[in-house]
Amino acid sequence: MTAAARKSAGGRAGLTLAQQRARVAWLFVAPMLVAVILVAAWPLGRTIAFSFTDAYLSDLENWQAVGIANYIALFQDPLWWRAVGTTLLFTIVSVGLETLLGLVIALTLNAHMPGRGLLRAAVLIPWAIPTVISAKMWGWMLHDLYGVVNAMLLKLGLIDAPWAWLAEPRLAFAAVVAVDVWKATPFMALLILAALQVLPREIYQAGKVDGVPPIRMFLRVTLPLIRPALLVAVIFRGLDAMRVFDVIYVLTGNNPATTTMSVYARQQLVDFQDVGYGSAAATSLFLIVAMATAIVITLGRVNVSAAGERR
Amino acid sequence: MLRLFALAATILAVSSGFSAGTRAEVTISISCSSLGIEQQLCQSGAEAWAQATGNTVKLVPTPADANERLALYQTLLAAQAKDIDVFQIDVIWPAILAPHLVDLSAILSEEDRADHFEVLIDNNTVDGKLVAMPWFMDAGLLYYRQDLLEKYGKQVPKTWAELAETAKAVLDGERQAGNANLQGYVWQGRAYEGLTCNALEWIASYGGGGIVDPDGTVTIDNPQAAAALEMARSWIGTISPRGVLSYAEEESRGVFQSGNAVFMRNWPYAWALANAADSPVKGKVGVAALPQGDGAEARHAAAMGGQNLAVSRYSAHPDEAADLVRYLTSAQEQKRRAQEGSFNPTLRSLYSDADLVTANPFYKDFLPIVESAVARPSTITGRRYNQVSSAFVRMVHGALSGQGAASASLVDLNSELERLSRGGNW
Amino acid sequence: MIRRHLGRLGFYVLIAGILLYVVFPFYWAIVSSLKTGSSLFQVELWPGNPTLDNYVALFREQPFARNILNSLIVAVVATGLSLFLALTAAYALGRIRFRGRTAMLLIILSVSMFPQIAVLSGLFDLIRAIGLYDTLSGLVLANLILTLPFVTWVLTTFMREMPRELEQAAIVDGASDWRILTRVFLPIMGPALSASGLLAFILAWNEFMFALTFTLSTEQRTVPVAIALISGATAYELPWGKVMAACVIVTVPLIVLVLALQRYIISGLTAGAVKG
Repeated sequence: MTAAARKSAGGRAGLTLAQQRARVAWLFVAPMLVAVILVAAWPLGRTIAFSFTDAYLSDLENWQAVGIANYIALFQDPLWWRAVGTTLLFTIVSVGLETLLGLVIALTLNAHMPGRGLLRAAVLIPWAIPTVISAKMWGWMLHDLYGVVNAMLLKLGLIDAPWAWLAEPRLAFAAVVAVDVWKATPFMALLILAALQVLPREIYQAGKVDGVPPIRMFLRVTLPLIRPALLVAVIFRGLDAMRVFDVIYVLTGNNPATTTMSVYARQQLVDFQDVGYGSAAATSLFLIVAMATAIVITLGRVNVSAAGERR
Repeated sequence: MLRLFALAATILAVSSGFSAGTRAEVTISISCSSLGIEQQLCQSGAEAWAQATGNTVKLVPTPADANERLALYQTLLAAQAKDIDVFQIDVIWPAILAPHLVDLSAILSEEDRADHFEVLIDNNTVDGKLVAMPWFMDAGLLYYRQDLLEKYGKQVPKTWAELAETAKAVLDGERQAGNANLQGYVWQGRAYEGLTCNALEWIASYGGGGIVDPDGTVTIDNPQAAAALEMARSWIGTISPRGVLSYAEEESRGVFQSGNAVFMRNWPYAWALANAADSPVKGKVGVAALPQGDGAEARHAAAMGGQNLAVSRYSAHPDEAADLVRYLTSAQEQKRRAQEGSFNPTLRSLYSDADLVTANPFYKDFLPIVESAVARPSTITGRRYNQVSSAFVRMVHGALSGQGAASASLVDLNSELERLSRGGNW
Repeated sequence: MIRRHLGRLGFYVLIAGILLYVVFPFYWAIVSSLKTGSSLFQVELWPGNPTLDNYVALFREQPFARNILNSLIVAVVATGLSLFLALTAAYALGRIRFRGRTAMLLIILSVSMFPQIAVLSGLFDLIRAIGLYDTLSGLVLANLILTLPFVTWVLTTFMREMPRELEQAAIVDGASDWRILTRVFLPIMGPALSASGLLAFILAWNEFMFALTFTLSTEQRTVPVAIALISGATAYELPWGKVMAACVIVTVPLIVLVLALQRYIISGLTAGAVKG
């Protein structure tokens, strides 16, 4: 039914149906909107406002407006740009791997196989352990001398001397990616699984009858159908990955090879107490994340505007 | 829908009902560690004070991780919260938190002031105000394997060169005997505050100063400092594993305590653990002052650590809070803490206390080490200390992982610190 | 035929590899939780003398059961509120055309773009101002900033992908939107609701920084904070065995939850529930 047809379908109290439904829509959205504004407006607005001041944590009441001086200083800091680069690389690599693994797990869980209930629970374990703790746990496992990872690799003969996982810049980056993938793949898998669950079964049955190979079936039918949900999962994982903090902080400290934008911003805000400059870093982080999200939404043709118009 | 809202509201109201706390007339809240002997000692000490004065105390557990604890304190203090009256603060925090803390000079008698280590009192004095009372202290120590040194006929090293040589000799011998996992020297090389302590010890032991002088001059760019860093770099891959660049205290203790290192740099806490009943190196461990460097002004240098007690400016009962601090930092209480939990006193006289020396023979060796302790430049650099430390760590970690010569990084660091301090005016 | 079997085999090897990657750290946590003292520094796939000392110590030394209850309350209420608020909003955003809808979705998304540390002190002010400091309600409120945008987006996407025919008949019959939502959509939103609900639950269950900053008394602490507060005799010593024991204890309720919920996670539309 098109909007025009709907308009002609009815009209109570002088309003068209579309107008009536728009009113209902606002009523339905209002509680959520009020909650979001109540919780987020003040903290976010405050951060943005502080980014134009020289506020210091020890005395938040006395500050002076400094215009965009904080941003100029930030953009001149090579460490900031290094952090931006690290963050983007980290996001692309880890979200990419998480999507692939998440798809494999979700497809497996969606197929009928014995014991998948346990498998499903097992897959969620990493998500259930508080991040700070799981990062410490991995730090322990990746210790070069008494860590279990090196011990197993040595025993299997894959390496001939212990690797310093968290000390060598490249290995440290690989290690934080591995831990983040471990931690976040279940999230991907669960959202993709939910999308697979709502696919109509008939399509597959038709495909089976026609003898379409499973891989083509997946690429031609499944993937396009779950794309919207997949993209939402990718967007939210991407948002998390671009703000990644605790995994990196616990595993490698302030090692410049793995410093991300959040680690940088936190250092300024908390360790250096420089609320003005730190807020500028946080706001810039926000702008970069927003830009990246806009690109993903555009490239992925995520349907933000049309409702129920597909098909 | 309305009914659902009402339900949600009820749930919220019920869950908030769990918050009702008890408040007596004068209740002093003190932040302490949350578990183990540290909490028990804090609790028993604070309760003894409460009994004697008729007040009540409430313990607020705070995280052991220094970064998390500092973030929590800053949030509370920036909001001028009255929730905690007495804060347990690290030795590097007095200047950072000073604007929120009250002057405690009044509760420190002249004789007690003379008995406290000067380095601690100086450290806690910000703009002429004593903002925190020393509670217990730490200093970097050299742990060594007595059995291995004896086996190879070696003395406890007095200089870093001797340490490297001894470690090399023991390693060569042991590795030939099939002990492939053995390491020479483990320390704290991760990019965090612990590396500041380690590197400061090397540089000070070479007579290379303390990064920033007490008068504010940036002194880090000097040949002795460069020599100290080059020496540390030469260890990596020879007597120290490459992984040492990711070690904090517990990672190094793990290597040493499982019998896989000849030497270790660590704080006093590792002593009791290395000699615990189930420790593979029990009875084979010795401690000494960290070795001297090279050059005319070479000395033994141990970085100073430890904890202080401070009173919040926003406390509703600052006098009672200060009295609690006075009680907890008194000689009697520090002695009890040293006996029951081996927290090292901040009072000189306690190191010759008969009871303590019998209980802990290592104390009389500890006194000269403590006397020679070097403080990190946290008081002079004030609220910028963390920036200084972070820049220092970045430079040291870079130089150790082999990115550029140490002397070149020192020039960069020097100009960065000059810029931070606006030419030495911190 | 052989190729197919080989493909199957490869697939199972891949799954086994993933499973090992996913589960091994948890297994290692269990092994570590059964060790004490120096044996923690030894690599052995099963402890020489396993002991339950760590578990006993955990419950004796602090109100750990209370912490678990707090975490449950916060996570359940935050998830419930998020699901309820997001469900109505998602219906409007996904099924009704109205002006400002796109902007609203983007604004909601942008809330998730700030680093947590940047909103921390602002939220702290807010929570103190409305008197919810050191209460579980304050934590519930703070957690909404994490869960609400996420749940709203997921539910909106799922709503939007539902076939148009679903509500057409109902609209022609003159059913109200509330009725369409509760009678037509709610019954078939099972997978989306349980998946996003479970993820929101875990998000709130794991949240650390808010919980540390917005509560102060031991009675109000949640599990991640309680674990972070576990300390050894000194600030440097990490009582690894106890920390791992705590991890195992907090993970078990979640596994039980997943096993209990899985009927809902995996049911929903599959059985041809889309009747149009």
